[in-house]
Amino acid sequence: MNRRQVLERLSKLVALSGASLGLGAFFKARSRRPEARYVSLTPRRQETPEDPRYPDLAVVKNGAPEELVHRAVAALGGMARFVSRGDVVLIKPNVAWDRIPEQAANTNPDVVAAVCRLCFEAGAKNVIVTDVSCNDARRCFQRSGIAEAATREGATVLLPERRHFVRTDLHGEFIGIWPVLRPVLEVDKIINLPIAKHHSLTSVTLGMKNWYGIIGGERHTLHQRIHESIVDLADFVRPNLTILDAYRILKRGGPTGGSLRYVEERQILVAGTDPVAVDAWAAWTFWSIAPEKLRFLTLGKVRGLGEFDLQRVRIAQFDLAS
Amino acid sequence: MTQKSLRIWRRGSQILFFALFLFLLIQTQYRGSLKSAEQEIRLSYPVQIFLEFDPFVAITNILATGALYRNLFLAIFLIILTLFLGRFFCGWICPLGTLNHFFSWLHSETKIGIRRIHLQRYKKWQVTKYFLLIIALVLAIFGSVWFLALDPISLTVRSFTVAVFPGLEVIVDTFQSFFYSINFYPLQLMGEILSYGFGKFIFGFRPLFFRQSVLIGILFGVILLANFRVTRFWCRALCPLGALLGFLSRWSILGLEKQPSRCTDCNLCLFDCQGGDDPIPGAKWRKAECHLCFNCVASCEEGALKFTWFPGGATTIETVDLKRRKLLRGALAGAVLFPVLRSSVSYEAEVSPWRIRPPGALDEENFLERCIRCGECMKVCPNNALHPALTEAGLEGLWTPVLVPKIGYCEPSCVLCGQVCPTGAIWEISQDEKLGYLSPRVKDKTRQPVRIGTAFVDRGRCLPWAMARECIVCEEWCPISPKAIYLEEAVVLNSEGKPVRVRRPYVDPERCTGCGACEYACPVKDRSAIYVTSVGESRSRKNQFILEKRRRE
Repeated sequence: MNRRQVLERLSKLVALSGASLGLGAFFKARSRRPEARYVSLTPRRQETPEDPRYPDLAVVKNGAPEELVHRAVAALGGMARFVSRGDVVLIKPNVAWDRIPEQAANTNPDVVAAVCRLCFEAGAKNVIVTDVSCNDARRCFQRSGIAEAATREGATVLLPERRHFVRTDLHGEFIGIWPVLRPVLEVDKIINLPIAKHHSLTSVTLGMKNWYGIIGGERHTLHQRIHESIVDLADFVRPNLTILDAYRILKRGGPTGGSLRYVEERQILVAGTDPVAVDAWAAWTFWSIAPEKLRFLTLGKVRGLGEFDLQRVRIAQFDLAS
Repeated sequence: MTQKSLRIWRRGSQILFFALFLFLLIQTQYRGSLKSAEQEIRLSYPVQIFLEFDPFVAITNILATGALYRNLFLAIFLIILTLFLGRFFCGWICPLGTLNHFFSWLHSETKIGIRRIHLQRYKKWQVTKYFLLIIALVLAIFGSVWFLALDPISLTVRSFTVAVFPGLEVIVDTFQSFFYSINFYPLQLMGEILSYGFGKFIFGFRPLFFRQSVLIGILFGVILLANFRVTRFWCRALCPLGALLGFLSRWSILGLEKQPSRCTDCNLCLFDCQGGDDPIPGAKWRKAECHLCFNCVASCEEGALKFTWFPGGATTIETVDLKRRKLLRGALAGAVLFPVLRSSVSYEAEVSPWRIRPPGALDEENFLERCIRCGECMKVCPNNALHPALTEAGLEGLWTPVLVPKIGYCEPSCVLCGQVCPTGAIWEISQDEKLGYLSPRVKDKTRQPVRIGTAFVDRGRCLPWAMARECIVCEEWCPISPKAIYLEEAVVLNSEGKPVRVRRPYVDPERCTGCGACEYACPVKDRSAIYVTSVGESRSRKNQFILEKRRRE
């Protein structure tokens, strides 16, 4: 080996050593303790502003589901008050369980269909119907009849998969960073479409509790502070309109039900812009629970979500049978 | 049509049947319908039909149960065809055969030159499969179809379900989340298309993962890799279905006619022989080993080989190479194996609490007479609840399905596992039969639902019982109506000594069906504070603990 070769070999080694050092330093500087990523958003503040011309609550009785929907929405000023031309609307029914409509564990499919149709008539560009079901979503959406009803009306049914969730800071008192269904964060308008059911921890599950169905993750831990977490979620997702389906209600054995003995056909629909008032009215009317006894309602009022004192709520009642 | 073109037809048939096999396996899942609201959910394809055409499954079903379940009669057609034609199934249809064929065809360093020609000759060890078959048949007569785990269709379905598909899913998911993590729209779109496409057409709604995927996957890999050493090693040496079809080919009328006068000893016929059946003139043609792949005919340039009906002339034919004494030895082995398997304590003396069988499963004795460990039920279960057993059901219950509620519970309205089970180990039941009085359509309110176990509360881990916290999630999820989980209000002290009102769960064993929804939903993730064990399963007379109604069911 001559001098030239030795020098060449050595210079290569020096260059490689330098490169190793450089790369090592680069990667050392990159070292961070891994942190889960999330998006931080200001809570939705898109609820419909109060309008003195219309009541806070519209209660319609005795009619087919679609008639009830039409009358209630008309009483509140028509769907055009809530949905503008070109809007993407999210409809959030309760599709939590693998049950058929008669068992009243999920929102009535005819109510869902009627609301979808009204949204399209008001000029909505797209209507997304979704829920984070408890049982297998395919079964829940099929057997509840909701997938069929919504698809028939031209709405998009979204069965949540892992990729549809975004880790989001909800800025709640108990609910911090949780996986949230992406469309909730992206759509223009949100309509809550719960069903009135019994629940053994909160006595009732109505509109505000329905927001459990927009988050994924370990949501069974929420039950430990259920009232606080209901209010946290309701504070984050302030809907433009709440329509509570009480065509059939699940009087006992909720929220899953099953036996038809627990179901009462009441043919009632309550719609309103005040989510607390809707829940208060239903709790009082169907279960005779004084609203001030339900902690998620009193907490909701404190947060400024609405009014539970039914004396102070402007209610318009309609009976389609008379 | 010359005989040389038969090779092309054979390839076409292999591709076609393999594609059909994969398609049916992919369809072995409930996809959900946005367009219909049917109340009873069923699969629209006979997805298990490959297993129902399988004579090994059918014959062991007859031997073990004295009858043929549901569509297993289809296998008779294959038996008749084999009687006339020989082992064409192995060369033309069998999906595992096609996979082995493919892997044997890939380049291999060990199978070259003269070595390859030696390897391709008939080998004594090819009789191993007949031993395995005889053991399996004798075992079946005694009432255990343990060996059906080696049936090639069962093995392929199981391996794809438990290992191959979940593995693929991990790969796709890795790519997808990589694309997604890059903040560049075209790549994100690609990720979206990838996960949508695979999800829509192959995997289904949500990823399925299985216990023992690694073990089952490695065994499958070994079978496939063995082809690099010996062409179609599994088919030649081990496959019990191949052995059965080999026996059946004894009187078949289609055979290889050799004309030694034309042979130039070029050995080309041996080169691509699949079965190791000595097609070369000058040796006896091993009929029971031949897969009828037609490679020898196609590669013979002298025209010294041809398949004819009723071959005669210079051809000497050897059928199964198994003397009576060897046959008896195999039978004896089977007879000895049975008590070895059955006398393990887990069968009766010590029932495992985790041996939770799917709804419709027959009682353990009848179940083991039928379950061929194909994994169809595991593939179809929408909740990923069924998994291959390792020790839960004893040695004899290896890879039989057990329900693992922590991973997935049993959906009360679902009866898909019974629909796809080819042998009736999980008997086909209707939704109303499974639900009994729980179904809104069942008028007779004394009809009991199918129970697969019973839930128990672990009071040391339960939040209201042990930690002064509200919960009730198990009660909320309980699908039984009236609920099998009921609550007791109690005032307990928290760590600060303050009274806290909680609701503590209890289980009513008369109502509980053991579906496991409570165990699945329990927020105590790693080991649920409420869990299901097999006791009280309605299929068993002995595994009971409650007096009253359940004993009369």
